Amino acid sequence: MTANLFFEDMNVGDEIPSWSRKTGFMNWNRYAAVNDEFVPFHMDDEAGRAAKNEQGAFGMGNLRYAYIVNALRDWIGDEAEIREVGCQYRAINQKNDVLTVVGKVTEKKVENGENLVMLETNVTNQDGDATCPGHAIVVLPSKT
Amino acid sequence: MSESEDETLVTQDMIDRQGVWGGERTSPPIAESDIRKWAIATYWPEKPPAIYWDAEYAAGTKHGGIIAPSDFNPFAWPVDRPTRPAAANTGQGGRGRTGLNGGQTDTYGVPMRADDVIRSRSRLKEWNERQGRMGLMLYTFTETEWTNQNDEMVRTRISTGIRY
Repeated sequence: MTANLFFEDMNVGDEIPSWSRKTGFMNWNRYAAVNDEFVPFHMDDEAGRAAKNEQGAFGMGNLRYAYIVNALRDWIGDEAEIREVGCQYRAINQKNDVLTVVGKVTEKKVENGENLVMLETNVTNQDGDATCPGHAIVVLPSKT
Repeated sequence: MSESEDETLVTQDMIDRQGVWGGERTSPPIAESDIRKWAIATYWPEKPPAIYWDAEYAAGTKHGGIIAPSDFNPFAWPVDRPTRPAAANTGQGGRGRTGLNGGQTDTYGVPMRADDVIRSRSRLKEWNERQGRMGLMLYTFTETEWTNQNDEMVRTRISTGIRY
């Protein structure tokens, strides 16, 4: 087993590798299928417009959250842990949006024997709009 | 009704329920295929990490076996279908009837694995009201706890609901 990252190598200001997906029905329908989330405004343009989104159907907040979790997991690898993830849904995920998870280290500390790294996170769209400000805490292995 | 009573979206039901645990649920046992499909769906169209589907690889990690993605939902697809309020699903309705998912903060304990049975309970934690672009906005904060069959904490969620 090998670790992607070690606590000692982390510095405040370090950025996580960006993680992107172009989103639309192919993604949303698969997510609806596993999460049992067949809400009309995620499935049908007419229902989306009825819910006051002129562009029609729109993506699930929960899937955007999953993208944050995935970006963190891909970054820290399998010898580390995701301890906390929080976000606010500030903008709608429109069809064909390219969503990109970004994050930056804001603090690192040892607490109760755990090597904690705090991050500020967001999910931006192809226009650079911040759609989902949030934070995360991961637990990294030590070299010692 | 006085003006101050009129200008609130807080209901007596909310006041009665504040801090009271309820909504207990027990998931069916998690299947390895549930984990694999979840990972495929959330990583689509890319291939998900092996920790979510390759038992041989996962056995060599600190986890000692396949784990579920942190955001995995073991309560999807109940046999008895919950009835949802119509306004919550359509995103439209009268005053205070439009509901939005404002976000969440999840704190994670032990990972979920195949054969785990997850128990859930929730309570209305607190709320606040403020004036926004759409008029009076009600922000509610609901706490949900998940534990596994060994009474280990799996996840605590504080979810934000918005009504206007």
